[in-house]
Amino acid sequence: MSSDAFVGGLPAAFRTPGSSSFTEFLASHAPDLLPGRRLAGTTVPADLAPQGTTIVAATFSGGVVMTGDRRATAGHYIAQRDIEKVFPADEFSCIGIAGTAGIAVELVRLFQVELEHYEKLEGTTLSLDGKANRLSTLVRGNLGMAMQGLIAVPLFAGYDLETGGGRIFSYDATGGRYEEHNFFSVGSGSTFARGSLKKLYRSDFSQEDAISACVQALYDAADDDSATGGPDLTRRIYPVVVAVSAEGFRRAADTEVGPIVDAVVAGRMTAPDGPNAPLR
Amino acid sequence: MSFGYVSPEQSMKDRADYARKGIARGGSVIVMRYEDGILLVAENRSPALHKVSEIYDRIAFAAVGKYNEFENLRIAGIRIADLRGYGYDRRDVTARSLANAYAQALGTIFTTEPKPYEVELLVAEVGQTSDTDQIYRLTYDGSIGDERGFAVMGGLAEAVTQSLGKGYQESLSLGVALRLAIAALGGDGAQAREIGPDQLEVAVLERSRPRARKFSRISRPRLLALLDEAQPDTDHGADPPVGPGVDALAPESPPPGASTFTDIEHDTPGSDA
Repeated sequence: MSSDAFVGGLPAAFRTPGSSSFTEFLASHAPDLLPGRRLAGTTVPADLAPQGTTIVAATFSGGVVMTGDRRATAGHYIAQRDIEKVFPADEFSCIGIAGTAGIAVELVRLFQVELEHYEKLEGTTLSLDGKANRLSTLVRGNLGMAMQGLIAVPLFAGYDLETGGGRIFSYDATGGRYEEHNFFSVGSGSTFARGSLKKLYRSDFSQEDAISACVQALYDAADDDSATGGPDLTRRIYPVVVAVSAEGFRRAADTEVGPIVDAVVAGRMTAPDGPNAPLR
Repeated sequence: MSFGYVSPEQSMKDRADYARKGIARGGSVIVMRYEDGILLVAENRSPALHKVSEIYDRIAFAAVGKYNEFENLRIAGIRIADLRGYGYDRRDVTARSLANAYAQALGTIFTTEPKPYEVELLVAEVGQTSDTDQIYRLTYDGSIGDERGFAVMGGLAEAVTQSLGKGYQESLSLGVALRLAIAALGGDGAQAREIGPDQLEVAVLERSRPRARKFSRISRPRLLALLDEAQPDTDHGADPPVGPGVDALAPESPPPGASTFTDIEHDTPGSDA
């Protein structure tokens, strides 16, 4: 942390005309606070820090749903059983993140401030594409650490106020940004979650249908991937479920998610592999 | 060209007169407490160049004077607040430290720069309870004051203060407080002026707002509805003046059908880890 980052008064940097980007301000005034700048140049053992695992998102007719499991692992060890990996980005978007938890959490925090900072300075919000592009730059900023093994990859989704629908964006470690259609998943269990959603997804989903499908997909991911946590029924720890629609961001309370999870688990008691998709 | 000696007293007085003249040219701004937080009302014909704006979760900024100068300070304030909230925690951003930073900056500019800033600022913070609300007033020379109840700044601040002081009480409803503020802004001259909704910029820091960010602008339709509800007694028969405005203060309820959803509220990663 640079020594004058928090001093009193208004150092010249604060009154210098500049862009509306908080990240650019940090880069010029307090670069030590940027994620990815802190450990540059060191090599990192693979199980040094906890890893967040699977995030799933799916669109429905009036927006988009995102869910994440609650497990963080460090090697074979379960580092945390109630970690949260899905967050609001601003009023009309959400972000879920898989990979090295420490970096992921800091990246999300920076992205949240970045959007709010722009909104306050400019008096208006960024377009959904603008937000997605901005996130791309932040992810690319972590490339050095990603190459040392500390990789964090977000899944971004939001309600597009201009076109009036939910949209999903995925990223790679170099900041590549890809718009996904209908559904997507990232993290260690994402292969299984995507296979599951591929068979369950319908284009006329209601919000509740989309939540059910995502919970099914997380169950399938946890079924086949040891790093993804299934619903913890004894401790009542459920996946984090959020929805973004024209009314804005909402996080579903446990009283809403609980019955959906119970129904999914009850179904698996008789059909352990989950619902069957029609063959023809 | 003359190179005569100018005493420090004279130099400071000249600077103060210069700044005061600049400030006196613009309309006034009122910041006052009401029963659910802090109300900010400015006479402002521009819908885009704001005199009142959001700094952080519970902190608002109001200014009069030269636009480019107070805009520069507003941006600096948002940078300070966001940097502090990002580096420490959202709860560590306070109006007191922000007001101190402004005071130091304005004081330094007043004595060292070629010309002082022609601005006056108010920094307001809505507390968890009404007795922790704070309103700080900052003048062009870096003087800082801690205001109780309400504060007025701008060209004819004294007349507006007098007018507002006559009707001000603790815990007014939003509608009644708005009517009072608008009447006071219009009562700054010898003759009372009528100030229409399109000449006003209104915002609130609303304690009961279910979001972490308590600042919201009051749109024109909501402004008209609030003023209408707080109509003295002509339209509402024998209602007491404070009564009808109260409804408007109830926090906006979540949309029907979404009752099991919770709101954004401080969902910052790691805050509970």
